[in-house]
Formats: sequence, C-alpha cells, structure tokens
Amino acid sequence: MSLAEPPAAPGPSPSASPGGDGSSDDAPPRPPFAQDWRRIARMGAIGAIGQIFISLSNMPVKLDGRAIIEGVLSLGYLSLVVLPLASGSRVGHQIRREGVPHHRPGAHEIIGGAACGALVGGGLSLLAVLIANFDLREPLVNWSPILADLLGFNRGTAFAVIIWLAIGAAVGAAGGLLRVVPPLARRVLWTMVLTLFGAAVLESLTTDLAEGMGIEGLIEWFYAPRGGLTITGAIALAAGSGVLAFVARGRIKGAKSRIDALEGPARNRANLGLILATAAVLVILPMFAGKLTNELLANVGLFVLLALGLNIVVGLAGILDLGYVAFFAVGSYSAAVLTAATSPKIHPELPWFVALIGVVLLTGLVGLFIGAPVIRMRGDYLAIVTLGFGEIIRLLFLSDWLSGWFGGSQGITNIPGAEIFGLATVAGTDPRSVFYLVLAFCAIAIYVSWRLERSRIGRAWMAVREDETVAEAMGINTVNVKLLAFVVGAVLGSFSGAIFSAKVGSVFPASFLILVSIVILVVVIFGGMGNIVGVVAGSAVLIGVLGGPKQPGLLAEFSEFKLLIYGALLVWMMLARPEGLIPSVRRTRELHQEEMAQDAWLRGQTEDDNGGRDATASTAATSGSTVEAARLAGESA
Amino acid sequence: MSTGASGAAGSASQDGGSGAASTAERTPLLEMRRVNAHYGAVHALRDVDLSIYQGELVCLLGGNASGKSTTLKTLLGMLTPTSGEVVLDGEVVNDRPISYRVARGITMVPENRRLFKRLTVRENLQLGAYLRKDSDGIAADMEHVYELFPRVKERLGQRAGTLSGGEQQMVAIGRALMSQPRVLLMDEPSMGLAPALVQQNFELISQIHEAGMTVFMVEQNANMALGIADRGWVLQTGRVVLDDTAEALLANPALRTSYLGGGKGASDGSSGADGTAAG
Ligand SMILES: Nc1ncnc2c1ncn2[C@@H]1O[C@H](COP(=O)(O)OP(=O)(O)O)[C@@H](O)[C@H]1O
Ligand SMILES: [Mg+2]
Repeated sequence: MSLAEPPAAPGPSPSASPGGDGSSDDAPPRPPFAQDWRRIARMGAIGAIGQIFISLSNMPVKLDGRAIIEGVLSLGYLSLVVLPLASGSRVGHQIRREGVPHHRPGAHEIIGGAACGALVGGGLSLLAVLIANFDLREPLVNWSPILADLLGFNRGTAFAVIIWLAIGAAVGAAGGLLRVVPPLARRVLWTMVLTLFGAAVLESLTTDLAEGMGIEGLIEWFYAPRGGLTITGAIALAAGSGVLAFVARGRIKGAKSRIDALEGPARNRANLGLILATAAVLVILPMFAGKLTNELLANVGLFVLLALGLNIVVGLAGILDLGYVAFFAVGSYSAAVLTAATSPKIHPELPWFVALIGVVLLTGLVGLFIGAPVIRMRGDYLAIVTLGFGEIIRLLFLSDWLSGWFGGSQGITNIPGAEIFGLATVAGTDPRSVFYLVLAFCAIAIYVSWRLERSRIGRAWMAVREDETVAEAMGINTVNVKLLAFVVGAVLGSFSGAIFSAKVGSVFPASFLILVSIVILVVVIFGGMGNIVGVVAGSAVLIGVLGGPKQPGLLAEFSEFKLLIYGALLVWMMLARPEGLIPSVRRTRELHQEEMAQDAWLRGQTEDDNGGRDATASTAATSGSTVEAARLAGESA
Repeated sequence: MSTGASGAAGSASQDGGSGAASTAERTPLLEMRRVNAHYGAVHALRDVDLSIYQGELVCLLGGNASGKSTTLKTLLGMLTPTSGEVVLDGEVVNDRPISYRVARGITMVPENRRLFKRLTVRENLQLGAYLRKDSDGIAADMEHVYELFPRVKERLGQRAGTLSGGEQQMVAIGRALMSQPRVLLMDEPSMGLAPALVQQNFELISQIHEAGMTVFMVEQNANMALGIADRGWVLQTGRVVLDDTAEALLANPALRTSYLGGGKGASDGSSGADGTAAG
C-alpha cells in the first residue's frame, strides 16, 4: 500500500522555482504508444522478481487468512497487487526539471502503467507455470501446491497465467490512471482506500472499543463474523469517506496552514489546544477498551518511550547508536533487582518509584561507561562498536559469571508491579494502568525533548550533528556534549525498561535481542529523525500495526514477516523520503530546495531521463558543492 | 563587539610602514613562535613565525596545500604544535583547549563558511555565542549583527543551508562575531563566491576591520587580499618565505609572477616565490 505514490507531500513547495504542483504541465501529452519500452521492461522485470519473492516468502498464503473485505480481498492478495499498482504509477513518473518540458499526463501514462503492471503480474504467471512443472520444494519450502492454488484461484495453471496478466494490467493501468485524474479525485480515492484499509486493520481495536461503549450492533454491521469488512460496510465506508474528503477538500490544509501561520501567544494557544485534545483522547480511550487493546496500547507506549530516547541520541546529536537496547536491558534488570524479592544476590525490595532513582543512576553510569570510549569515534566505527556493546550487555546478563546476580538464562521472575504512592499497583494483569503509567512517562519524555531541543545544549547537539569540526571551533566540547546526549538517551530508555519489568513481571536476557535496537531505529527514522511529533506518530503506527520485536501488533498475521517489512520500509524511506513520514517543515523545505538547486544545475547539463529518482536522490545526497555551484550560477545570472 | 581602543592602534601600524619598527614595544595579540606542526608523518608547518597586533588586518598567502589552513587550526587549537609556541596576549596557549582560546577572543570563520546547514540562521548565530553566558550582551551583539547585515535579520527563521552564497558569508561572519572576538581568523573568505561577490566580500572585511576588529585572513587571491591588508606573509610548503608590508608584497616581482596571475598562476608559480625567499 505504502509503496504506491504517496499522497500529496505536506509542506510548502519552494516558491522560488516554477515547478509547482500539476500547474506547470507545459508540454502536450505524450503519444499513447510511443512508450519508453526499455524503462517499462526494466521496471516490470524488477516488479516481477519482487512478486515472485513475495510469493515465495509465503506472505500471500499466510496473510490470506486475514480478510480486508469479506470474500473480496484478503491481506494475502493485497500483498500481490501492491507492486503492480506501484510500478504502474511509477513508470509514468516524469522528473521535474527546470527547463525540461513536463508532459501533461494522459493515455500514455495509463497504457504504460498497464504494460508495466502486466509484466509485474506476469511474474506470478511465470511462477504458477514453474510450480506446476518443476518441484523445487527442497530448497524453497514455500514452493507448494497451496501457493499454486492461491495463484490460480483453485482453477488451474492456465487460469493463473491469464488472470495474473489481467490483474497486473488492470492494476497497473489504475496506477497510471492515478497520474491522470485531477488532484482532487486522487485525494478522494486515496482517502477511500486508506479508510478501508485502516478500518480493516483496526478491526480488533474498533470492535473492542465498541463493546466497551455498548454499540456492538453497529460494528456487526461493518465487520463480518469471520473478520474483514462486510461488503455493505465497505461500500458505506468508502462512500462516506469519499464524500467527506470531497467536502473537506482544501479545508484541512487550509486549517493547518492557518495554524502554522499563527505566531506568538495565539500559536501557543492553538498548540496547547491540540495537545490537550490529544491527551484527552489518550486518557479516555483506554477506559472503554478491553484488556487486549490496552495491552497493545501499553506495548506501543513502551516503544514510543524508547523511540523518544533514541531520538535524542540519533536525531538530535547525530550519534548512530545501534546498541540502544543495552539501556532498555539495564533499566529492566536494575528495576528487577531493586524491587523483586526473588532477585538472586541482593534484594532490597524497594518500592518501584524509589527504585527508579537507582535505575536512573545505574543506567546513567552504564551510559557513561559505554559512552566514554565509544563517543570519540566517528560515524561507522561508532555504529559498529555500539552494536557490539548492545550484545555484550545482553551476554553479560546471560553469562554464568553474573548468574549469581541476574539469574543467567532463567532471568529474574516474580517482579512485583509498580506501586504508585500507594494509590494503585501497575502490573501486567492490569494493562490499562500500565498504559497510563507509560503515557505519563511519554509526556515527560516529550516535554524534556522539546525543551532540550530549544536549549543551549540542544543547539550544541544539533551543531555536532551538522558539523562536528565546526562545532568544535565554536568552543563546544564535542566529547562532553555527545556523552551527555548518550546518557540522557540511556536514562529515557531505562524508564521504559523499568516499566517493562514491572509489567511483564519477569526479565530474561532473551527479551533484549539486538532486534529491539534495530526496530527502534527503524521507527525513529520512519517518523523523521529529530522531529518529536514524527517520531511519536511513526513509532505508534509502526509498532501498533506491525508490532514490536516480540509483541504482536494489530496485524498479528504479519509476525513472521515483520522484519522483512521493517527492512523494506527502511530501504524505501531512505530512497524516497529521507525526511521521514511526517517531516518537520524545515526539513522538507531544505531537502526540496536542494532538489530544485540540483535541477537548476542540471539545466545546463545534457538531458538524461533514465536516471530516475535514484540518480537524483544519490546525487542530491553528495551534492553539497553542486548545490553551491547552482546557487552561484543563479546569483551571477 | 569589543570596540576598544583598537582603532587608533590599527591605524598606527597601518601607516607605520615596516611592522617591526612601530610594534617593537607592544606585545602581539596573537603570535606563533617557530611553530612546527604535523599530521602524522606530514610535516605541515616548519618553523613558522607570525605576529598579529591589535587592530591590524593581516593576511597569509600561499598556494594549495601550503599550510594556510593548518596555521589557522594551530592558532585556534584544533591542532597542537609539535614544537614552538602559540602565544595569545602574552600567554603560551599550546596546551589550552579550543574553548579556552575562543573564550579569550580567537574566532575562526572556516573555509567554505561551513554553516550548520539544517539549523536556522538564528540558531547559527546563537551557536557562535555558545561559550557566553551574558544573555544581555548576546542580545546586543545580535542587534549589532543585524545592523551590519540587514539581510540576515530577514532570514532568521530560515535554514542556513538554503541561503545564497553571499548571505551564507554574512551569517558565517555574524556567527563568528557573536563570540565577541578580539581577533578574527578567516580561512579563504572569497573561496567559492561568485566573482561579483568577491569584491563585496573584501569590502565587508575591511569594513569590519575599520570598526576595530583585528583580522587575520588566509587567501589565495593575493591581489585583492593585499589591497586591503596592512601586512602579509607568504607560505610555501609549510615555511614562511616572505614577510613584508602589503605594498612591498604587491610590488614584489616574485609574488607578482606567482600570484597575481590569478588561480592559474598560483599553482605553477611557487618556484618563483622560492627564489626571493633566500633574499
Ligand atoms: N587532516 C589532515 N590529515 C593529514 N594531512 C593533512 C590534513 N589536513 C591537511 N593536511 C596536509 O597538510 C598540508 C597543508 O594543508 P592545508 O593547511 O590544508 O593547506 P592549505 O590550506 O594551504 O591549502 C597539505 O599537504 C595537506 O595535505
Ligand atoms: Mg585551506
């Protein structure tokens, strides 16, 4: 879904350049059949290989059990139409360059999309034929009749061949069509698709909430008994959301830009209002939710807290820490040792909040201890060494040497819940209270991050991130400043750990695999490094939908493909939207202006149309001096 | 800004002709005494002697890789000399960190300006004042920078990386001034600027100098630099080969052949400067 053309990018487009949005189609449409067949063949082949890979990863078969719309579309089949749609749309993409004519989209795009989509779908036709004639189950475990049946809709190989070519062509043409229809129609369509997908994904959540509010009847009308939207429900939702999107056209953007335009106290009031509204929803929602939903919310909250901590280290100070899980582990273990009666060596059995002081001190010390030698390294070296430390910490907790303290692989069990000043006990048996506790800590972390970002020390972090040498020349003690970021991040991570151990009631080394570090990092990058709102939203959505390293998300069916999806997302993000999902306005402006400057520079160069997005992206990344040159060119002209 | 009594002193040395005569009785603001510096095995500075007096505008000339940037790095403390002394206001600061030297008045405008591109102009300026605690003074100096560069004030909220080359230069200088420097080290300020801006850039430097700032400028553009400077040195493969007043340097035929031909001459003319080094 997300691989397709993203909905209109937020943020203002730079005013200086003529390349606006859709309005500058200065050249007539290209003739329908004068296609760039090589480009179509190349994208089609890549897409086809992708389809085969997805099929052989068993995703379609596994996800077929999860219905999106009852009897019409399952998550499994959805995984097979994403690529044709994306490549069908992508193949019609024209790079906007100043001075290069931009053709108005038309039949050319639809036919190109259909051809490309058919090729991508053809990958599945090919696979169906191959499965029918060769047996490769030995190396490829998913090379199975089940997959063949799924591909052929139980009607045999010939049907599979034809139907996938047809589906590919149709979906690809739809992708091309997306370029042709006016922006408003595109927005309405996207809203409908996203609403349906969202409603299907959120099924367990909405059902649970509806039960809490006593409106099951309505829900039964929308959702089929065996999962998925009912057809009537889907139609109603699509129609409703479509009408809403049409009515609200421009209004949301208008309202947003009006808020952005506010300044001073009015702006603060608007922000405060937004924050209070969000807080109210987050406080009230769990009251109606059942145990499972609250469990999910609590898990999401724990990861948001971790992401906020890592955001200070990676996003603000630019330290690529790949071993962040170490601090989650130290936080969990130190809370366990300080509160649990069953802790093997020492067991002071402190109340949770008192223990928290010890947790902060211990994690801070460990952060200093790891950080001091590591922080002097730069870039790649630092990343690799932190990766190592993350594993070392886990192995220490696992080791026989320290098992007298931490219980080795048995870990520490029977950890009591967190007692909040005698008011309530927060434990895993009551996920709602865990969520509230996490929420409180998230609020603290957000406030701290927000204040830090605007403080002298936050500026020093960003300066170090931008240019360490110059930061040094400003008199910033870069080593101390980075160490501080490392320790602050560590402490925020330890809060999450301390809540985690109280929630789960036990800690084992196996809870702190390297995977945790990776997932948090992906989540931070996905949301837009250094941007608090983005990081919170990104981590909430990703962890909520896909789940954490071990925690299931809303799409529990994804569990075995989670890492694959996280990895693919990361690669795609870096290529397509380095500014993150919800970029800060500043950042978009900068990235896009660099592209514009790039365009201005390219204008003087030979036209080269085959480079596509990748070439633009990679040159933009290394084009500090080129951009400069472009600016100078503009200036002297 | 430290607008002390430097104006008078500056003009004294300006028309003093030979720097040695008028400055014999004063201590230099910043000085290098027989400094040697290495990057690993690379011997980048060889017995370099320099002295910069309060209120002067002096420049260091030299071709590519002759050690100009290394000289500035050593003065600021980014590189520790292997022998010799860096002296700030009479105090040997070899073992002092950068922050110590910045707090006592050395500031550098780095090569290519190197602003913090994704930070706003305001944040860049604030970072220049990183070591200062006097928020009133900082605010006053901000105003001073706006007076000097009205354009900068208009762009406070914009990301520094999105500014034009000329504007970036203003912010880079503004950022340096925010630390309340006594001496401004500038590494090839005209590098990478559009030809039309180069002239303007030198006017700017001379304007700042006239307001009382001591400036030590590293340049490849010898003609323009000497046009505004009081004195200058020529560096070649880490060694000072010429040390004279600006007029004398401009008149020096060796320098003329090596530099005044522009960028092209700088690369092939180093042997010419060598000849006069002995004399
Ligand atoms: N970081 C560094 N590591 C190793 N050698 C360096 C480094 N920086 C400069 N050098 C070497 O020191 C010499 C002087 O360099 P530099 O001071 O940058 O020259 P300039 O600024 O005059 O062009 C050159 O030979 C250069 O290769
Ligand atoms: Mg240099």
